[in-house]
Amino acid sequence: MSSHIPVESWDYAHPEKLVSTQWVAEHKSNPNVVVLESNEDTLLYSTGHIPGAVKIDWHTELNDPVTRDFIGPEAFAKMAGSKGITRETTVIFYGDKSNWWAAYALWVFTLYGHPDVRLINGGRDKWIAEGREVTRDVPQVTEVDYPVVERDDVTERADKSDVLENLGALPLIDVRSPAEYTGETTHMAGYPQEGTLRGGHIPTAESVPWATAANEDGTFKSRQELTKLYAEDAGLGKSDNVIAYCRIGERSAHTWFVLRYLLGYESVRNYDGSWTEWGNSVGVPIVVGAEPGQAPK
Amino acid sequence: MERIPLAAQTPQVLQEIIDDFQEMYEPERLELLLEFSDNLPEPPERYAGHEDAMEQVVECQTPLFLALEYSEADDPEVTVVISAPPEAPTTRGFAGVILEGLSGQRASTILAVPDDIPNKLGLASALTPLRLNGMSALLGRIKRNITEHLAHEHAR
Repeated sequence: MSSHIPVESWDYAHPEKLVSTQWVAEHKSNPNVVVLESNEDTLLYSTGHIPGAVKIDWHTELNDPVTRDFIGPEAFAKMAGSKGITRETTVIFYGDKSNWWAAYALWVFTLYGHPDVRLINGGRDKWIAEGREVTRDVPQVTEVDYPVVERDDVTERADKSDVLENLGALPLIDVRSPAEYTGETTHMAGYPQEGTLRGGHIPTAESVPWATAANEDGTFKSRQELTKLYAEDAGLGKSDNVIAYCRIGERSAHTWFVLRYLLGYESVRNYDGSWTEWGNSVGVPIVVGAEPGQAPK
Repeated sequence: MERIPLAAQTPQVLQEIIDDFQEMYEPERLELLLEFSDNLPEPPERYAGHEDAMEQVVECQTPLFLALEYSEADDPEVTVVISAPPEAPTTRGFAGVILEGLSGQRASTILAVPDDIPNKLGLASALTPLRLNGMSALLGRIKRNITEHLAHEHAR
């Protein structure tokens, strides 16, 4: 285990899951640390990244090229090993867009039970805003062995039937924009239409757009603020078995991280099928408008 | 003048860019796209601070602004102006390909460009379909802008 890699002190439930940019500057050269950059724009890494950081492409490296699912155990082991990651490595994630894709990549590593994964608070934008060094040099990585481990699709991940069978019984959080929630639009403002046939939200889902968890500089809000947002305003209280969803599971990975590690909810699952699955499914219940609505009897 | 081209045709400059992409292995194609991104010229001075006067291509994942300028002619030369932020290198790369491949061409030439050009760069497995759609949308916007311009000029 990599317990010798220091944990930063944060006022969150799991401080071992978050690091500051300063922490990264101090520890990124540790041979047991690998920093992974995961962006929405796949070319962004090539325009400059944290020195020593390795690129991970969520589209080509984490998703199966044929089936809509993540890569399998063998492919995951090969991918991780090719980035110099062993099972003992502390893997630090960061990226653009307030860490959406970094949280998503971290979540996929979590499905494979990687022991030590952490997120850089504020991500790529904060590192750059602080005037810290970036480089176009791609580090030479020596391939290492990563064990073939089964993926756990039950603990941190929900599928459509999990949601459908528990409608009304488990709290749902819809992290998309308000216009996507009400059904006014099926995609984010400024983003292309992705061919979702129906607009609206899953019945009973509370709307908490992902960005409400982030400060303007992309860092996470304080634990107190987050508690108010989710436990009080969204009514999660101390409840368990929360499921979060968005459009394809990237923004909800961000919220999953907040609920799971910053607030310490024991069971939070990301429904990565999200609206691009639900809004295209035949016969599933949908609610339009600003109210969460009722689960069908 | 000829308003509807009879057959889709790719102008030579654009075809050469496509050939450059096709001759490469996939990782190198992304490097070439990055070069286009790096070399995307800044919009002329007169557009500085006037991006609201440009057309926003909402289909692109990052805000991208487009303006077209026309020479005085039945089949005018079209100058393409595009502004895209540095934190969106893929979008900038596509913009660079379009700019270099199409800017300065005649309206009729651009209207004849096949709509599936983005698929010919060989980036389909490296980029998400959304991104490729963004580039198609950019080409579509340019064509629509030209069609509207010609209709407007014709009506005068």
